Amino acid sequence: MAPVATPFFFYLLSAIMLIGGIAVITRKNPVHSALALIVTLLAQASIYLMLYAPFVAGVQIILYAGGIMVLFLFVIMLVSIDRSMKERQFNSQWVVGMIAATALGGLFIAVYTKGTSIFPDHALAVVEDNNTQEVAKVLYGQYMFAFEIASLLLLVAIIGAVVMAKKKI
Amino acid sequence: MGAIIQYISSYLSSDKTPGAAGNMFWALVYIMLVFGGLSVAVIAMNWLERKILAHMQVRLGPMRVGPHGLLQPIADAIKLLLKEDIMPAEADGFVFWMAPLIVVLAAFTVFVVVPFGPTHAITDMNIGILFMLGVSSLSVLGIVMAGWASNSHYPLIGALRSSAQMVSYEVAMGLAVVSAILMTSLNAEGTGTLSMIGIVKAQLAQHEWFIFKFFPLGLVAFFIFAVAMVAETNRAPFDLAEAESELTAGFHTEYSGFRWSLFFLAEYSAMIAVSSIAVTLWLGGWLRPFPNMLSGTPWDQIFSLFPGVTFLFFAAICFYNTVRMPKHPLFRIQTIGLAGFGVVLGLIGLVLFVPAVSVRVQDIFWFSAKVAGFMYLYIWYRGTFPRYRFDQLMQMGWKVLLPMGLGVLILTASVALLQQKIWHP
Repeated sequence: MAPVATPFFFYLLSAIMLIGGIAVITRKNPVHSALALIVTLLAQASIYLMLYAPFVAGVQIILYAGGIMVLFLFVIMLVSIDRSMKERQFNSQWVVGMIAATALGGLFIAVYTKGTSIFPDHALAVVEDNNTQEVAKVLYGQYMFAFEIASLLLLVAIIGAVVMAKKKI
Repeated sequence: MGAIIQYISSYLSSDKTPGAAGNMFWALVYIMLVFGGLSVAVIAMNWLERKILAHMQVRLGPMRVGPHGLLQPIADAIKLLLKEDIMPAEADGFVFWMAPLIVVLAAFTVFVVVPFGPTHAITDMNIGILFMLGVSSLSVLGIVMAGWASNSHYPLIGALRSSAQMVSYEVAMGLAVVSAILMTSLNAEGTGTLSMIGIVKAQLAQHEWFIFKFFPLGLVAFFIFAVAMVAETNRAPFDLAEAESELTAGFHTEYSGFRWSLFFLAEYSAMIAVSSIAVTLWLGGWLRPFPNMLSGTPWDQIFSLFPGVTFLFFAAICFYNTVRMPKHPLFRIQTIGLAGFGVVLGLIGLVLFVPAVSVRVQDIFWFSAKVAGFMYLYIWYRGTFPRYRFDQLMQMGWKVLLPMGLGVLILTASVALLQQKIWHP
């Protein structure tokens, strides 16, 4: 099926992401911030879908929106909301913030002005029908070693967390 | 006008789902049908659960509203809609309002990819099963939000229990699903599929439902999923999130009226959704039973009579009970109503005998019949198993189901590899 109104959906989803992102840092209530972050993550998953990456979109929803954010909310709910509402929201590291914002802004301007020479001028051929199978072939064929290293790293982190949390195993 | 008719009829000759064919009209029709069917199924489940539980406990169950309480769900619905809608004074208004909405949205959206037949699905996605698991895992967010926004102790504890439980059982559930998806890759190309229709087609091509594949590996994976799905939907014996004796009603204690009915709707449609995942992955989806043992045209024709026979059987039950109704004048309207219901069911049954209809409806019938079996199991569990303690629940999830799931996954992969490399090189 041919894509419909692609620019419209791209700008809509980007706007939702930006509004969600701003809400994450401006809301005083941490639960509202977490919910805004979920909105941002879901809009991001939709943008992956628009880029013909359904597998990445599905994993984004399962892992981030359904898994990690539930644990976030789980922890936030146990924190006293009344006390955190009174705390100051922003710390005064505006010098570092300025430098980071300038660097990022400079990067954006550079990409915007010189973009045509950096990026390829034609779109890649998209594999929509068997995208997941292609991802699997690359992940378990070409990048097998890197993938296994990453999973080993995660395993070490899990075991480390158990060892640190439990006094007696 | 002609162009519109041509657009509508152009889909009929394609053998794809309306979503895959890109036909908006039929996609809308299918969405309406699935929505309507689901709502009717939830209403029927409401009545059946109360009735079957009652009979398991040697009671009669609802008997007052309509013959044998058949109109009880409608009375309940009217009561819920007319009830005063209360929001606790200290509640977080927006989150309180959003929570039931998210739960219902997540529960209904998953039905976009449920395959009722080779062409009877709203759409077929490349990532079908991932989509179902992902979207249904969003419903836990709604539960957590409901528990927190109520600003009350019982709902908060209920929500904490529910989220801990659902996150733990998702792991075992995912491992069981992966071992079934591994089985779809046993074909000439050696690549599997995540599409719901593709999974059933793989079972058709291998002439074997995945529950019987590599016996007992498929059966064990199915068992893990069958336990985890009860925990995922917060149903007895894993209903600690809404344990009446400890938490009043758990996360929806502060909800009333229409908002509460949304939670109710979501709970039952989530039950149907996870049951349809189990049916699709292990029980051959829309395929009829005994495809190998009883194959051939005569058996196909006999099995195509099943939908009609089922409805005629329901009609016969209605007529039997019409005769047994009390002969008092006060019961006259109820008796006529029950007889009328029987006539309607019988007519539906007769229509289903028409070959042109039965060919198209068979897939949907077998899928729904298998899902209905799971729905009965849910009620049966509730009637027989005592509720688990929370530490027992966690122990079961992490120390029993998770190692079992890992073991089954490794063994399935090894056996599949052996089969491909050694037995059939």
